[in-house]
Amino acid sequence: MFNTIYILWLRQIKRYWRSKSRIIGSLGQPVLFLVALGFGFAPMYEASGQGNFIQFLAPGIIAMSIIFTAMFSGMEVLWDKQFGFLKETLVAPVSRFNIMLGRTLGGASVAIFQGLLVLFISSFFGFSLPTLSGFFLALAFMFLIALFFTTLGTIIASLLEDMQGFQLIMSFLVMPIFFLSGALFPLEGINSTLYSFIKINPLTYGVDGLRLGLTSQASFSLGLDLLVLIVLTLVSLVAGAKIFSKIKT
Amino acid sequence: MSEKKTEKSKYMVEVSNLSKRFKKFIAVDEINFKIKAGEVFAFLGPNGAGKSTTIKMLTTLLKPDKGEIFLNGFSVLKNKSEVRKSFGIVFQDPSLDSELSAYENMYFHAVLYKIPKKERQLKIKNLLEMVDLWDKKEQIVKKFSGGMKRRLEIARGLLHRPKILFLDEPTLGLDPQTRQHIWQYIMNLNKSEGLTIFFSTHYLDEVEKIANTVAIIDKGKIIEQGSVEEIKTRQASQSLEEAFIKLTGNNLRNNEKAETFSRFRQTLRKS
Repeated sequence: MFNTIYILWLRQIKRYWRSKSRIIGSLGQPVLFLVALGFGFAPMYEASGQGNFIQFLAPGIIAMSIIFTAMFSGMEVLWDKQFGFLKETLVAPVSRFNIMLGRTLGGASVAIFQGLLVLFISSFFGFSLPTLSGFFLALAFMFLIALFFTTLGTIIASLLEDMQGFQLIMSFLVMPIFFLSGALFPLEGINSTLYSFIKINPLTYGVDGLRLGLTSQASFSLGLDLLVLIVLTLVSLVAGAKIFSKIKT
Repeated sequence: MSEKKTEKSKYMVEVSNLSKRFKKFIAVDEINFKIKAGEVFAFLGPNGAGKSTTIKMLTTLLKPDKGEIFLNGFSVLKNKSEVRKSFGIVFQDPSLDSELSAYENMYFHAVLYKIPKKERQLKIKNLLEMVDLWDKKEQIVKKFSGGMKRRLEIARGLLHRPKILFLDEPTLGLDPQTRQHIWQYIMNLNKSEGLTIFFSTHYLDEVEKIANTVAIIDKGKIIEQGSVEEIKTRQASQSLEEAFIKLTGNNLRNNEKAETFSRFRQTLRKS
């Protein structure tokens, strides 16, 4: 059982590591956000007396690169469907749950690595690195965010027929999740309709926990952040196992 | 608990009253056939006749609506895991991970099929040598030609020592040299180890050369079964191709789904 999970995990890591253009390409967007928003909004933010904007923004950008990578990794199931490899795993005498778990953990590991890269890069933009205990707390949240969104990506990919729906998912699910999560702006005093969207967004709690670990600032309590993410991750894994086991080739 | 049938059956595959429909379209309609262990069985039919649907049901990828399938004595519906260990398959479309090397693709398969760690390397080496790919083992599959990919898939399908090998149009789009080699590997294994072969193809000359038994499916029903000679005699035909046309008619098949699918597949192959 562990062998199955391990080999599927390893496959995701190898595929990621071998596509250097993908690693570098996916760093472009976070760097651009750090430059444009970080430097662009800093004067305004700091003038309103809220402190250093890069300290506020960097955890949000780290979360962004994690959910983008995680969703993309999960949706790689579609690639495997299209290029036939999925069938090779589905006729093997192993449980579908282990197949899903292995590839999801692989995708999540890749997403965490990407998040760590962005954390490292943001230190060049003046982000002061956290304490060791803060770092481990942030790492725990990176893991939860990565695992939840990779599973979500896997679920969506299992339900879609081909890659045509991919853009739709990016525009109407991933982008709103990112923009309405408190990753880019503080939640205090925000429009109440918008706030109700933000409150039901899982990433809101991920960003909040990440920010707590990295900068000791937060809008919610650590307990709430953890509870929401752990419950959602477990629910998504159970649902993912069910849906993935019914996947059609 | 394995639910192996009590009487040790001499049949590798037993299919009875197998049916599958997609909405209104009846893809497979109450088909019956048996394949003896060690036999080379050719499964023929025009595009969209129900070949791939049948193969998917035989290999646990698709659940039948009705009927029973026993493979190597195990029920395909009730005992999936034993069934999956019993067969190897080369799919119609490529099913390799093109970002991994030939060796890594083989190793991945070895782990999924629980081949003990100590045996993995030797088994992979033997099979890659058999298909003349051992010296290319470190190469990423993306760089392989169509023929090399096919040979690798055959080696992979044999890695866990299946009792039966399914080949769905294994020689489609390959040059005559590669086709000849591929059949040679397969026939050698059939002779030396008694491996049962189930294959589909549109190259009927291949069938005449190697198949013991032939079944022809059209519109979801099996319309003819027997040895090549029997079929030719019954249809009063000089060749299997002539018999095939007599049985299935001269008209082109316009099963839309199958057609677009196979065109899409061709494009993928070429790229």
